[in-house]
Amino acid sequence: MKPFAYHQPDRIPDAAKLLTSIEDSKLVAGGMTLIPTLKQRLASPPALIDLSKLGNLKGITDGGATITIGAMTPHAVVAASKLVQGKIPGLAALASMIGDPAVRIRGTIGGSVANNDPAADYPAGVLGLGATVVTSTREIAADGFFRGLFETALEPGEIITAIRFPVPLKAGYAKFKAPASRYALVGVFVAKFADGVRVAVTGAGSGVFRVPPMEDALSRSFDPSAIAAIKIDTEGLTSDIHAEADYRAHLVTVMAKRAVDAALS
Amino acid sequence: MQISFTLNGRPTTVDVEPAMLVAELLRERLNLTGTHIGCDTSQCGACVVHLDGLPVKSCTLLAPALDGATLLTIEGLHGAPGSNQLHPMQEAFREHHGLQCGFCTPGMLMTAVALATEKPDLTEVDVRHGLEGNICRCTGYQNIVVSVMAGAAAMNAARGE
Ligand SMILES: Cc1cc2nc3c(=O)[nH]c(=O)nc-3n(C[C@H](O)[C@H](O)[C@H](O)COP(=O)(O)OP(=O)(O)OC[C@H]3O[C@@H](n4cnc5c(N)ncnc54)[C@H](O)[C@@H]3O)c2cc1C
Ligand code: FES
Ligand code: FES
Repeated sequence: MKPFAYHQPDRIPDAAKLLTSIEDSKLVAGGMTLIPTLKQRLASPPALIDLSKLGNLKGITDGGATITIGAMTPHAVVAASKLVQGKIPGLAALASMIGDPAVRIRGTIGGSVANNDPAADYPAGVLGLGATVVTSTREIAADGFFRGLFETALEPGEIITAIRFPVPLKAGYAKFKAPASRYALVGVFVAKFADGVRVAVTGAGSGVFRVPPMEDALSRSFDPSAIAAIKIDTEGLTSDIHAEADYRAHLVTVMAKRAVDAALS
Repeated sequence: MQISFTLNGRPTTVDVEPAMLVAELLRERLNLTGTHIGCDTSQCGACVVHLDGLPVKSCTLLAPALDGATLLTIEGLHGAPGSNQLHPMQEAFREHHGLQCGFCTPGMLMTAVALATEKPDLTEVDVRHGLEGNICRCTGYQNIVVSVMAGAAAMNAARGE
């Protein structure tokens, strides 16, 4: 690792100011993505800005029809939260499937959403539930937040402070893990609201995406059989050493059915 | 920068570069070489320590995170205070042949103790899921799982006394 300066601001505006004033500086949350990147010298920022001393970024609050999760809340806390388990069990289940126990203790929802790894789990939950990404300067709807491979709508100097999830009638997540990395080879999040169903897929392409034909079919009948015959196009899906595009396309339907099953159980 | 923390029960203050990893600090500065480094990708778990009671990968933790914290490494694991005995989990690994080369063992033990502490009524499924972040190239895991189950039972028995 190359040396870097280390800042631990205790106010969000101070963190944002450091981030914009030090060129190429990076925020560090749980470090579970950033530190391996630094160790492999894939990045060598001159300064890190640690978010752990900022107040109010950790914790889960009940807003009645919504649940708000602070950006610095670790995956293990979301997975174990009685509130999340009670109101959006599919989201607690998603958090419990990320990586391994030690990764879940350090890794945070804000870091995962900001990073937008094409095989990460949270982006599927955030897009599938139509959540709102709350930042230091504004609120961004999930539909406009994820912009493909590691790209998001975040502007330079913008810090995610929380994610606000609407409470669905039902929701479920199913993930086919890549055996070595534990990331999603394909993961599908399904959420049923009074006004329709949302289906979000991670792992299959260069970024998380929705599947309108499945959403229409499930809005008519929220049952795995409603989507059993829907195959998604392989155009734009990933082919790599782990799986060919047509296998991923097949898995999308299988995981979507399982996610509906999970939502119903 | 200067950081102060409790290391295996002792107050410790050291000067560190912010870019120093806790695994490096332990092994290279503090001569605690029981914490192993088995990979560059944060996947193997040989480096697991307890930070404020929770199992974390010390190879993916920057030294500044220790400031004000309590750290337990494999060197701090022990049986009844003053007895010079092994911790019940260590004893179980010895009894049930839970190791071969021993490289993964410190991380396995730290993860196992955390698992058994968090959930006293561990099932075999919990153990297998709980060890997902700890890779062993020798044993095939069977005896590790048997050891963790036995160690957890021994920890429960010790707590009950
Ligand atoms: C062995 C291993 C297995 C894993 N398996 C999975 C898996 O199965 N599924 C999965 O989804 N993930 C997995 N991960 C990744 C893990 O979930 C990370 O925790 C997550 O991707 C990043 O969160 P972090 O808090 O560690 O972020 P960091 O590594 O600290 O930061 C990641 C990036 O986000 C930026 N950032 C962090 N916080 C904010 C914020 N609040 N606002 C703006 N930008 C911010 C940082 O600058 C950095 O660029 C795995 C990681 C490891 C090491
Ligand atoms: S050395 Fe830490 S996970 Fe491999
Ligand atoms: S005993 Fe050799 S790696 Fe586990």
